[in-house]
Amino acid sequence: MKFKRSMRLVAALGALALVAAACGGTDFEAGALGAVTVESGEAVEIRSLEAISGEVAFLGIPNENATRMAVDDFGQIHGHDVNVGTGLDDLCSADGGQSAAQTIVSDEQVVGVIGTSCSGAAAAASPLISEAGLVLVSPSNTSPSLTSDLAGNVAENWNAGYYRTAHNDLFQGQAAANFVFDNLGLRKVALIHDGDPYTNGLTTAFQNAFVELGGEIVVHTAVAVGDTDMVPVLTEVAAGGPELIFFPIFPAEGTFIVQQIGGVAGLEDVVLMGADGLSVENFMNVPETEGMYFSGPDTRFDENTNEATGVNGVDFLAAYDTQWGGAPSADFWGHAYDATTMLLTAVEAVAVVDGDTIHIDRQLLRDELSATSGFNGLIGSITCDEFGDCGAAVISIFQHNNLDDHQASKSNILYTYSG
Amino acid sequence: MTASTTTPSRKGRRFRFNWVDSFLWFIRITAIITIAVGITGSVQHFIAGEGPTLEQWRDLIISSISTGAMYGLIALGYSMVYGILGFINFAHGEVFMSGTMAAIIPATVLFNTGFWDAQPVLSLIIVLITAMITSVLTAVIVEKVAYRPLRGAPRLIPLITSIGVSFFIQYAFAGLFGVAIRSYPPPPGNLTEDIIIFGVPIEGTKILVIIVAILAMIGLWYFVTRTKTGRAMRAVAEDKEIAGLMGINVDRTIVTTFIVGGAMAGVAGLLWALLFRGVDFLTGFLPGIKAFTAAVLGGIGNLPGAMLGGVLLGLFEGVGPILVLDGLDIVGIDIPAVSQLRNAVAFIALVLVLVFRPTGLLGERLGSEDRA
Amino acid sequence: MKRDLKHIRALGLIAGLSMSFVAGIGMVEKFNIRVLIEPAVTMGYLVLFVMPFVAGSLAARGVPNPLVEPVRDPRANGISGLITGLIAGVFTAIFVLIIDTFDVTEFFPNMRASTVEEMTFGFGLAVGLVVLVLATTVIGGLGGTIFGLPQRVRRGLTTAGGWVLGFALFEVIVSDIFSFADFLLDLIYAPQGGLEIWSAVIIGALAWWLTARYEGRAKEFALTVRDADPKSRIRRSVIWAGILAAILLPMLLGGIVNELLINVSLFILMGLGLNIVIGLAGLLDLGYVAFFAVGAYGTAVLTSTMGSAIGPGWSWWIALPVVMVFAALAGLFVGTPVLRMRGDYLAIVTLGFGEIVRILLLSDWLTPIFGGAQGIRRIPGIPVPFLGTISGTRPELFIYFMMIFVGIAAYISYRAQNSRVGRSWAAMREDEDVAEAIGVSTVNAKLLAFITGAVIASFAGALFSAKVGTVFTNSFDVLVSIIILVVVIVGGMGSIPGVFVGAFVLIGVLGGPKSPGLLQEFAEYKLLIYGALLVFMMLKRPEGLWPSARRSRELHQEEALQDAWLDKAGEFDDDESGEVTS
Repeated sequence: MKFKRSMRLVAALGALALVAAACGGTDFEAGALGAVTVESGEAVEIRSLEAISGEVAFLGIPNENATRMAVDDFGQIHGHDVNVGTGLDDLCSADGGQSAAQTIVSDEQVVGVIGTSCSGAAAAASPLISEAGLVLVSPSNTSPSLTSDLAGNVAENWNAGYYRTAHNDLFQGQAAANFVFDNLGLRKVALIHDGDPYTNGLTTAFQNAFVELGGEIVVHTAVAVGDTDMVPVLTEVAAGGPELIFFPIFPAEGTFIVQQIGGVAGLEDVVLMGADGLSVENFMNVPETEGMYFSGPDTRFDENTNEATGVNGVDFLAAYDTQWGGAPSADFWGHAYDATTMLLTAVEAVAVVDGDTIHIDRQLLRDELSATSGFNGLIGSITCDEFGDCGAAVISIFQHNNLDDHQASKSNILYTYSG
Repeated sequence: MTASTTTPSRKGRRFRFNWVDSFLWFIRITAIITIAVGITGSVQHFIAGEGPTLEQWRDLIISSISTGAMYGLIALGYSMVYGILGFINFAHGEVFMSGTMAAIIPATVLFNTGFWDAQPVLSLIIVLITAMITSVLTAVIVEKVAYRPLRGAPRLIPLITSIGVSFFIQYAFAGLFGVAIRSYPPPPGNLTEDIIIFGVPIEGTKILVIIVAILAMIGLWYFVTRTKTGRAMRAVAEDKEIAGLMGINVDRTIVTTFIVGGAMAGVAGLLWALLFRGVDFLTGFLPGIKAFTAAVLGGIGNLPGAMLGGVLLGLFEGVGPILVLDGLDIVGIDIPAVSQLRNAVAFIALVLVLVFRPTGLLGERLGSEDRA
Repeated sequence: MKRDLKHIRALGLIAGLSMSFVAGIGMVEKFNIRVLIEPAVTMGYLVLFVMPFVAGSLAARGVPNPLVEPVRDPRANGISGLITGLIAGVFTAIFVLIIDTFDVTEFFPNMRASTVEEMTFGFGLAVGLVVLVLATTVIGGLGGTIFGLPQRVRRGLTTAGGWVLGFALFEVIVSDIFSFADFLLDLIYAPQGGLEIWSAVIIGALAWWLTARYEGRAKEFALTVRDADPKSRIRRSVIWAGILAAILLPMLLGGIVNELLINVSLFILMGLGLNIVIGLAGLLDLGYVAFFAVGAYGTAVLTSTMGSAIGPGWSWWIALPVVMVFAALAGLFVGTPVLRMRGDYLAIVTLGFGEIVRILLLSDWLTPIFGGAQGIRRIPGIPVPFLGTISGTRPELFIYFMMIFVGIAAYISYRAQNSRVGRSWAAMREDEDVAEAIGVSTVNAKLLAFITGAVIASFAGALFSAKVGTVFTNSFDVLVSIIILVVVIVGGMGSIPGVFVGAFVLIGVLGGPKSPGLLQEFAEYKLLIYGALLVFMMLKRPEGLWPSARRSRELHQEEALQDAWLDKAGEFDDDESGEVTS
């Protein structure tokens, strides 16, 4: 990078001399992180970095689609188009995230990135993107290690320039624990995760919150991704005699669990609870999921209007159906839409207009994003804290009571937590 | 390469052999002690009223046996192909997956039209036939395109080809059917209800699985020992060249082997549909590996061995973690989340069986060219 | 001229089936986002129409017969190709018609309305289908006709086509390399991506001309260098030029290419290690990733202070030898039980070991040491005096470490291959019992193979940890083992340059299991292509892309004998008709 910069600098100085001789212009001084100059005819470059292939594609594809829709709806910035380019794949892994991030930061025209889907990928992508001066706004990362512990202490993987519109899992753990302890009045809970940092983070957050309230975690176990025979793990769980099982995992293993739980003695009356990983169509279609509780970000976006584009939740879903067919396969589309519009609004605000070109100072962009307050998005009112947690911070818990109309079930909200 | 090099190495050889042998003995003894301590611990827990209750143990054991029966059916295909052609057909797991994936189509259609619950037996038969036909087709096409041209090649080549085929089929199905997991409708009729056998309530589907597996085994045994084609298969497995000289159509016999293996996999597909109900393009991968493990456990090339190996593997991985690992806390080794270690237990069981009995439990049955 | 209609019909049907398959899995639609030549040639259509093209030329060739040279007659060949194309086109059109009439998206989500749109080129159903059939027919005929052209023309077209394709597909790399000549790039490439038509023509013509003129001379030069005396001037200057290029190149290439090369070199490193185990010693190890994991997690635990209870926070350089010892012990531990096992059991047991290691690293039980599901974070990079700590955030510097270790591993492989140990491995690979009988200690040989392979893998693991900065177990699953195997096999088993070639082609172009290759769009179909490629290679060229001479001879014994027989038979072909008359 250093060598390339110096070569470019020499060439640029030479060219600048020529240009300066040809036409005058306003003086623009870039800040410490440098700036992006968008010439006439060029576009403002942002990128999308989501999990778009493999088994987790159902998480990342709606996010990328929502990003594109937001870009279309937002329109131009000071007469320049906004270009997302080819969607990049974070491969839901640290090395995948790093490789893709490298591709992004090599292009010095890129201002910001919407992504990643998986917290593991962000752990590796975030340092790279931060060092290059860009901003990373995530619609789906929920791991506390990327921002803070919500008590003012910075987390181990926080990097400057990282923001997210998704909630922090410590939040959701607390919400779920409160619900189980207070609303359901249960005291003995079994936890099942699947080895993924997100699910494991969520069960740990739940455990800490629940124990602090005075409850008891009788079993904290895990399945392996790809497992199909759930009777052994359910037997291990049953041995602890739980009243509720919280398993915030993904549809593949979750489906097997709900279908086989009937075959294990002792779990006939146990209450089942999942999280946002499970509140997707192909899981909620399974008949045995009726009556389950789900925690997750509040998705009653119908009434909310994004202030930058004027689109509300209903319009969005209709447009999504027209363009991509069907409903989004995961629930973070609103977060992705808002993340994009948040970024573009900030870019528009800090851009210095110089005739047909605009200059975007990277540090000012970060300051502007950090100062986001009361931004009305599809997910609600967005305000960023000092460590990048910008989410609307509303977790709601609904009970699935309508196998045919999932939207109706998702509106059957029994508890809302806003910290 | 004269006396100076051979004498020291012969001396070194004897020394080394002892060392290797003692390492193996060390493994054997550690394994026996660990298992013994674990089981004792679990028994202690049970007596103290902790851990799973009797009913829960019972359900677990039955469930593990039925899963194992399914592994056994898939293992039959691996065993037969290995016995005849001498290589691991990695793609067999995908043969199984193709059947159970394709059969979702008639199952869903039947369910939506209400036929599923109205005519449970007929519906299941339709699903079975679809699964079997698809699996057989896949197996036969793979044999013709990928394995037959490689008939004389060194053994590593068809093995690697089968890995390639396995990938190809997995991702072809991912592209065709999508990556999301698909579910079969709940078993029709009263299958999910418990039937009392000898005073023990067992879920209907599990009984069906075990019965079907037994019937398939009997059918296969009859086919292999009593029919002409079956005898031809055994002859070709014994020695390809001589069988060919005796007038047996080797190519056709090999195709028949694949057909039979595919058919068994198709049956396993139906059982999967009943037991686990969820299918995606990766469904064949892990059961495929486990089925091969089961085949090796029982003795490769040996058909009763494959079934035995399957059932044992099901028991090891289902009951093993809770029985052995949980019980270790009486000596202070506290293992949380034992269910996470299930697959590790299955593979450790394989290693142990091979360390204790290198040819598998019931011994191998191989052709003349493959015998060590 | 006899035309084998059955053969043509079969080819046409297979081509039609392939085309429908490719459309049905959504490949055409996905790939069409990438424009190769503005405005018409997109990657999706290219992939789609390459099938009737190939089928057409295969039809023109006729049923393969080693005794008869294929007849090259542009007109007759062209007609064969046309018929094939027609059959394929009709088949595909029927397929498109079916998915348009019936809504099968419940079961086949990729066979939807937009697929039909793509396949009918947006002309609507009736017109589109006709265009489809016509296009397929014409392209089939083209394939056939080109088969009939003289060799010079065919070679020229192939070279031209290859270069144009290369420039179009690898636009990102070309742009990265020539980023100092922006104006040139703007000229060649269209603003939305892809080549301009006229630049494609020029590149093609240039490639044709240059290859025709200079290929002979270039080949001669390469042969001279290869056969030259190792101490001669020419050989040494070429080697020094190579070394100089290797040192200077990373500074010239951008971040993307350097990152790609790092990913490729990780697989080269692991491939070299596995090459020793499989290629030299003949032990089919399917759990090789376990040693990689030992190296990575070992380094992570020893150098990071976050995530592990026993994190001493050592420097990478101090951790490395410790990790090597761990890996050697692991190699010993895995190798000993499998010493007496037959080849295929070895495969499944080593696969099992790979999984056991991964499961244990992920387990809640060992989380205090290995971080469990949360992995180990904040792994510092490699400290270098004056340059600070180098990790994956500075790929243009990190790549030098990769080069150093790849060099070390290649050196170890090379020396091992030609040493006494290497010969005992070769003996063991041929026939174990005979080797024992002549005094080769197979026990030592096997264990040494495992240990060497394990240590090399641990290099890769240590570098990986330093590069990524966080380790999660999902980077160490059985897929990685299999991909390394594929790299070694496709490159050439037992051949050191083969590993390089295999890694570049597979990981560099198609992408590794967790890293994107040059062609982003392939990501979803990557493993599909891997599988097809593997099968194809095994059927046609099992010795690999850059084989070791030994392997080549082993695998093609039958063909070599047949060729010898044919040469003999040719002596009886008095009238040079291609048929043996007497």
